[in-house]
Amino acid sequence: MDTFSLAFFVLAFLIVASAIFVVSSKNIFHSAIFLILALSGVAGLFVMLHAYFLAAAQVLIYVGAISVLMIFAVMLTSRIADKEIRHTNEQVGIGLLISGGLLAVILYSLYNTPFTISDQPIAEGAGMTLGRLLLTKFVLPFEVVSVLLLAALIGAIIIARRDTKTGDSVPPRPIPLPKSLQQAKGESES
Amino acid sequence: MLELGGIVEAVGEMISSVMGSLGFGSGMITLMQLLTAALAVISFAAVLTLFLVWMERKVSARFQMRVGPYRVGWQGTIQTVADAVKLLQKEDITPVNVDRAIYFWAPVVTFVAAVAVYVTMPFGEGLIVRDLNIGILYIIAITTFTVIGLLMAGWSSNNKYSLLGGFRSAAQVVSYEVPLAIAILGVVMLTETLSMLEIVHQQSKFYQWHVWRQPLGFIVFWIAGTAEVNRTPFDLPEADSELVAGFVTEYSGMKFAMFFLAEFVNMFTLSAVATTLYFGGWNGPLLPSWAWFMIKAMAGVFVLMWFRWTYPRLRVDQLMGFAWKFLLPLAFLNLILTGLGIHFF
Repeated sequence: MDTFSLAFFVLAFLIVASAIFVVSSKNIFHSAIFLILALSGVAGLFVMLHAYFLAAAQVLIYVGAISVLMIFAVMLTSRIADKEIRHTNEQVGIGLLISGGLLAVILYSLYNTPFTISDQPIAEGAGMTLGRLLLTKFVLPFEVVSVLLLAALIGAIIIARRDTKTGDSVPPRPIPLPKSLQQAKGESES
Repeated sequence: MLELGGIVEAVGEMISSVMGSLGFGSGMITLMQLLTAALAVISFAAVLTLFLVWMERKVSARFQMRVGPYRVGWQGTIQTVADAVKLLQKEDITPVNVDRAIYFWAPVVTFVAAVAVYVTMPFGEGLIVRDLNIGILYIIAITTFTVIGLLMAGWSSNNKYSLLGGFRSAAQVVSYEVPLAIAILGVVMLTETLSMLEIVHQQSKFYQWHVWRQPLGFIVFWIAGTAEVNRTPFDLPEADSELVAGFVTEYSGMKFAMFFLAEFVNMFTLSAVATTLYFGGWNGPLLPSWAWFMIKAMAGVFVLMWFRWTYPRLRVDQLMGFAWKFLLPLAFLNLILTGLGIHFF
């Protein structure tokens, strides 16, 4: 086995193993950490394909922003990080059925797609080409996606502040403190 | 002049010739060369930290009309070596109620993220481990792992002060990353490249330094960067007067040393990136290129220390407002001005 395949299999094992840990871990913070590991592994795959720009974007967006916000939400939501919370899935059968079916569809399409392998060297400066395409040929999808993200952002704010339907400017509700901090707060107040 | 690029090249060739004569394949030789480079970078980081700690103590002492470390070695230069040896000998305490795995890996993640940045740092002519064509983007991406490390430390310690420190660092770093990246975008628009080497090559003359064309961008970059490396006035994640020591409260011995190392390395990273992007990198007359790089970067580090011993700490509620309502609009203004400038000139 050459170095390339070896690196691929190590990365693939890392991704799959940590993805399994994400869904099976009893501790939600561990799940988040394993999710970061899996996403970093995907960035490693991009590096192996010489898609450096994509790899950096993957790390920057998924690890740097999304995962951090997720951990933040986990730590700020009271009781969710407790050990007692149940993480078992009651619909294991139907879950297995759906994921098995998805796996079958993916495998079927993988085996039936004729992948064209080109002899051409990998293009340098893919980031520049990507940027040019995003602002010329694909400018409409690009803008639509950004409007969609904006809508999601506004929607999240509206859901979070649904108490203000009377039109009055109600001050935002205080964020519940994690359990370990609530005790400290009670002590300082008494 | 005394250029180190040649030595690096010679070492690389020596490895390839020695290992080639021993019958290793080209893959192993590349691996060995990369390992040597990694070792060099880590040693550099360690020595740098020893120096920076001494410098910080000396600078802070002078700012407070004191002398600072004086007894160990000339002007106390070996003081930090003695302290490091002491730290190595300390017992490695793991408190009972911590989450062991995450508690162990947090300093590792933080340290590796801090050091991995130096892969694309052009220290001088020929002194760069690998010039990636996404150089600066790589640096921004890798530094985000630091936050993960801090969050892991804060959460796994099972201590309210650590947790609060972790919260604060996550909120702070995520917020200040946005104006930082947008400020850097101004330079990238001017240079039309992300490669660190290419950015340095484009600033070979004094008047070509990007700081002259991006003054607003540089100010936003520097303020956001100071927040990004958790230095005063943005050192809320480890505000000693409120949070004991923030996310490092439960750490001791080598693990504490790794956080410490990462912090000082990050400080130098910020200064080195500023040197590369805005102050012409290694370009300069007479002295060898690496000396110019170090002089400029150390000047930046001195400014950071100056900040620390001059400004009071921001309040936590002012922190977010400052990033989103003040720095971010400024960064966008800089972006628009840069775009207009490129369009009209």
